[in-house]
Amino acid sequence: MRRRQTIALLALVGFCIALYLWLYKIGIIGTLQCGSGSCELVQASRYGVLLGVPVAFYGVIGYALIFAVAIIGLQPAQLERRWPTLTLAALAAGGFLFTIYLTAIELFVLHAICRWCVGSAAVMTVIAAVSVSALFSFPATRTGP
Amino acid sequence: MTRFYLLLLLVAVVAGVLIWKGSRGGSQDAAATPAGSTVVVTAADSAFKGYVLGAETAPVEVVEYADFQCPHCGEFANVQFPTIKEQLINTGRLRWRFRDYPLGFPWSRVSAFAGQCAGEQGKFWEMEEMLFQRQSDWGASNRNPAATFRELARGIGVDLDKYNACMDSQRYAGRIEVSHEEGAARGVTGTPTFFVNGRELDGRRYANSDAFKSLVDSLTAGQGRR
Repeated sequence: MRRRQTIALLALVGFCIALYLWLYKIGIIGTLQCGSGSCELVQASRYGVLLGVPVAFYGVIGYALIFAVAIIGLQPAQLERRWPTLTLAALAAGGFLFTIYLTAIELFVLHAICRWCVGSAAVMTVIAAVSVSALFSFPATRTGP
Repeated sequence: MTRFYLLLLLVAVVAGVLIWKGSRGGSQDAAATPAGSTVVVTAADSAFKGYVLGAETAPVEVVEYADFQCPHCGEFANVQFPTIKEQLINTGRLRWRFRDYPLGFPWSRVSAFAGQCAGEQGKFWEMEEMLFQRQSDWGASNRNPAATFRELARGIGVDLDKYNACMDSQRYAGRIEVSHEEGAARGVTGTPTFFVNGRELDGRRYANSDAFKSLVDSLTAGQGRR
């Protein structure tokens, strides 16, 4: 239960970061509070949009899904079930791979670091670590529906 | 368990407040005047309606509110605008009017001054192009880009003595202020924001040359058959 709580909390933080970046991208927030200004450069680059959709929006959806699954998994009827753990691990793995891709773009292509993106990457990395540890620590006897 | 949900609520509320303040901060920054100074607006400042590119007879006019340090403006200017200029402005179908709308970036105002001071010598559009082309150099730096701007001005053939005097005097502060106030009154909250024949263009973040071409085509569709 503790791991799902941790994941839910982290997913909420990640959701807020992604929401902030997305609101900036669609013009609702005029200036990012970033300090160095690299956030603007990263967001305005062509890598800030994927398949016509702002990258931050994928984050909003991804974190929202993780949060929702974690909260559902915390309901008394679901606590002993394995599916939330498996689903969280799958979502976190996908999110973590996407995070690696985005961080690599920042470091090796744009040569600019967006602090909010780094924050999101850190959150997703911890979510992935907690999800995987939950996967391996979940007792095999609880696998039934 | 209740404590956990209270913690989630606390995080959500704090984040919501920070995001709300962030969104408010953008517009407050945008309204900011140069630190420690009072801008005097003259009648000439109010009468100036922006630098214009294109024929006076063009059937469609776009007014762009932009900030030279805004990355979206830079991306638009560098990627989309050359095509718009070639296909629509140079062919007499579109007239483009540039209005300063300095946001809260560190060099928003000084870059606006640079544009105006080059414009004083008839080199606004050349300077605009250079400021946007080199935005990634000066925009990301913590160092005052005034020296870079001087080099850009020199490169486009501006008289540097006059340019320096203009920059030192900040004589176009009022003009920039009027432009900003005008934009704010029209509902501009970010840049670039476009008004096409007086109507704001939706989706300013995604404006591209194809969208402008389609727009001009649709606005001028009936005129050729008259």
